[in-house]
Amino acid sequence: MWLALGAVVMVFAAFTSAYVVRKGMSLDWQAIRLPSILWLNTAVLLASSATIEKARRERQSCESWLAATSVLGAAFLAGQYVAWQQLRAAGVFLASNPSSSFFYLLTGAHGVHLLGGVLALFYVAGRAWRGAEWPNRQAAVEATALYWHFMDGLWIYLFFLLQVGGK
Amino acid sequence: MAELAPAHAAHAHAAPTGFIRKYIFSLDHKVIGLQYYFLALVAVFVGMALSLLMRWHLVWPQSHMGWLEKLFPAGAAGGVMTPELYLSLMTMHGTIMVFFVLTTAPQSGFGNYILPIQIGAEDMAFPTLNMLSFWVTFVGFVVLIAAFFVTGGAPLSGWTAYPPMSALPEAGPGEGAGQTLWIVSLALFSAASLLGALNFITTTLDLRARGLSLMRMPLTCWTWFVTAILGLLAFAVLLAAGVLLLMDRIAGTSFFVPAGLVVSDRVINHSGGSPLLWQHLFWFFGHPEVYIAILPGMGVVSQVISTFSRKPIFGYRAMVFAILAIGALGFGVWGHHMFISGMSPYSAMAFSVLTMSIGVPSAIKTFNWIGTLWGGKIRFTTPMMFAIGFVSVFVTGGLSGMFLGQPPVDLFFHDTYFVVAHFHMIMGVASIFGIFAATYYWFPKMFGRMMNDPLGKLHFWITFIGVYAVFGPMHYLGLIGHPRRYAEITGVNYLAQSHPLHLFMTIAALITVGAQLIFLFNLFWSMFKGKKAEMNPWEATTLEWTVPSPPPHDNFAGAHPVVYRGPYEYSVPGAPKDYIMQNDPEPAKAAH
Ligand code: HEM
Ligand SMILES: [Cu+2]
Repeated sequence: MWLALGAVVMVFAAFTSAYVVRKGMSLDWQAIRLPSILWLNTAVLLASSATIEKARRERQSCESWLAATSVLGAAFLAGQYVAWQQLRAAGVFLASNPSSSFFYLLTGAHGVHLLGGVLALFYVAGRAWRGAEWPNRQAAVEATALYWHFMDGLWIYLFFLLQVGGK
Repeated sequence: MAELAPAHAAHAHAAPTGFIRKYIFSLDHKVIGLQYYFLALVAVFVGMALSLLMRWHLVWPQSHMGWLEKLFPAGAAGGVMTPELYLSLMTMHGTIMVFFVLTTAPQSGFGNYILPIQIGAEDMAFPTLNMLSFWVTFVGFVVLIAAFFVTGGAPLSGWTAYPPMSALPEAGPGEGAGQTLWIVSLALFSAASLLGALNFITTTLDLRARGLSLMRMPLTCWTWFVTAILGLLAFAVLLAAGVLLLMDRIAGTSFFVPAGLVVSDRVINHSGGSPLLWQHLFWFFGHPEVYIAILPGMGVVSQVISTFSRKPIFGYRAMVFAILAIGALGFGVWGHHMFISGMSPYSAMAFSVLTMSIGVPSAIKTFNWIGTLWGGKIRFTTPMMFAIGFVSVFVTGGLSGMFLGQPPVDLFFHDTYFVVAHFHMIMGVASIFGIFAATYYWFPKMFGRMMNDPLGKLHFWITFIGVYAVFGPMHYLGLIGHPRRYAEITGVNYLAQSHPLHLFMTIAALITVGAQLIFLFNLFWSMFKGKKAEMNPWEATTLEWTVPSPPPHDNFAGAHPVVYRGPYEYSVPGAPKDYIMQNDPEPAKAAH
C-alpha cells in the first residue's frame, strides 16, 4: 500500500512541478475565484477521516462507521461536482486560463483517486454489513483507512496549492 | 482492493485445468512471464521490419513498392514512401522498441518468470495484479499498432513526442487520431508498469526464502528490484505528463502549447504554454527509462559470466552498490537531453557533472565483469558469448556517452547520427544482447530442452559483427554533421558523399535482421525437438536450478527452500564439485 501511495505522490509531484513552472513563466495567468463550497467539502472530507479512524479503532462493529465514511466521501465528490458547476456557470472553463486548467486537472485527478477509495469502502463496508467475517478483514479496513487519510491529506495540500499558488 | 490479498493466501490457488485459465488469463507468474516474452518477440519483429523500411528508403528513396501502398494508402501513394511516412515509421519503431521490447522482455518477461523462483517463492505477491498488468500492456500494444490504420496514420513526433507538434492535431498527417492513440497506448503501458513495479518490489521484500538475506540475492534479483523502483517513480511521471498532453490536444488547455503559433497558415488558438515543460517531464521519465531497459541485462550478464567462468562474481558488494548508484544517479541527469533546448550554463554544468559521474558505477561493473572472466575456466556457451558481447557494446556505447555528456560537444552532436549510434549501442543492442543471453541461459529451465548451440553461435557472430557494421558508421556520419530524423539525403550536398556508407549500413541491416530468423528457428525448433534438459544443465548455483525443468505449477511442489549461502560459490577450495548450490547446507562434508 505504501508503494502505491509512493506512485500517487509521484503523479501529483509531477503535476505540481508543472503547475509551478507553468505559472512562473507565463504572462497569461489569471487567478480564479475558488467557489466557497470547497471549504464545506474540505470539512466533509475531514469528518470522513475521523469516521474511518473510528472504524479502524472499533475493530469488531465497524460497519456503521464505514458506511458513514462512504456517505461522507460520496458527499465530498458531489460537492466537488457542484464546485465545477458553479465555476462553469461563472464562465470559467477548463481551457479558459492556465489557472482554471490546473484547477480542473488537480481536482479531477484527486476526485478519480478518491472515487477509487469510495468504491473500496463500499466493498469493505458492504461485506462487513452483511456480517461477514473474513481472515483479512482488519487488514482491509486498515489499508482502506490509510488510503483514505492519504487522500484527505492530498486534498488539503491541493487546496492549499490552489488557494495560495493560484493567486 | 486487489493488492490487499496477502501473498500467502493468494498462493493457495490450485493448478488451473481449463485452457483459458491455464494459458490466457493465467495467474501463474511463469505463464505471465512467457506471455510478456512472446509479446516482446512479436514487437521486436514488427520494430525490425519498420527499421528495414527506413533503411531501404534512406538508400533508395524513389523505389516503387506496390505492397507498401496497399498497407499505407496515404503515406505511400503511388508506392513511393513520403517523408511523413518515414517519420511515422521512425516514431513507431522507437516506441515499439523502447517500450514493448526493452521494457517488456527483460523486466516483465524474465523478471516474472525467474525472480520468484530465484528467491524461493511460489508466485509473485499479487498474482491477479500480475495478470492485469500483462493484459493492460497487451491492450496498449494493440492501441499503438492501431495508430497505423486510423486516418492520417501513425504520429510523426518521434518516441519523445515533443510538443507543440505532438499537441496539435493540425501539425501533420499522423498528429490527429494517430498521436492520440499513441498517448493512450503509453498511458496504458505506464499504468501497467506501475502495477508491475508494485508487484516486483513487494515480492522481493516479502517473499524471500528463509536464509536468503538481501546480500545473498543473485544480482539478477537486485537488478529486477531496483528496476522496479525506477519504474514506480518514472512511469508515474510519464503518466502525469501524458494526461497533460492529452488535455492540450482534446480539451483545449495550454500546458505545453505557446501563444502565437502559426500552423498551416492558421494562428493556433492556444496561449502561453511551455514546450520545455514537456521536455523536463518527459526526460525525468526518459533517462531512468534507459536504465529500466539496461539494468536487468546487467544482472543477467553478471549471472551468466559468473556461471561460465566458474568463478564467484568479482566484487559482489561493489556490484550491488553500483546498481543502486546507477539507479539513484539516473534521476539526476535528465537535463543532458536538453543542453541545446536552452538552459542556464550552471544547470548544464551540474547535469554534465552528474552524467559523467554515472561513468563511475558503470566502470565498476565493467571492471568487475572483466575481473570475473580473468583467469576463469571459461565455458564458451552461447549465453556466455552474448554476455561478453554485451560488455563490448556497453563499453562502446558508454564511450560515446562520455562525449555526449559534455555540453560543448553535445552542441555539435545533438540531433546527428552520433546520437543514433550512441543510443542504439548502449540501450538498443546492449539490452537486446541481455535478452539473448537470458534466453539462451534460461531456455532449458523454461522449456525443459536445450537450444542448439552451433546455431546459437552462428546467430551470435552474425549479430555481433552485424550491429557494429550497422551502427559503427553512424558515429562517423554524426562527425560529418549528418542530421538524424531525415527521410532522405538527396539534395543535401555535403551528405551526398555518405551514400556509399548508407548503402553499406542498409545491407548490413538486412543481413543482421536475417540472422534473427536463425534465432527464431532455433527457439521454436528447440522447444519441440531440442535435447532434453536436466534440472541443472549449466551446473549453476541459484535456486531456479534446484527445481525440475520446467518447474511445476507452484515451483517448489509445496516445499520451502532454505538458503545457506551467497549466489556465486564457484570453485570453492575443498568443495567436492566446482559449484555449491545456494540451498546446500554443508558443502565440505557433502559426499555427493
Ligand atoms: C535491426 C536493428 C535496428 C535498425 C536497423 C535500426 C534502425 C533505425 C533507424 C534507421 C532509425 C531512424 C534514424 C533517424 O532517421 O534519425 C532508428 C531510430 C530509432 N531506433 Fe532503431 N534500429 C534498430 C534497432 C533498434 C533497437 C533494438 C532499439 C531499442 C532501443 C531502437 C531504438 C530506436 C529509437 C529510440 C530510435 C529513435 C526514434 C526517434 O528518433 O524518435 N532501434 N533506428
Ligand atoms: Cu539520458
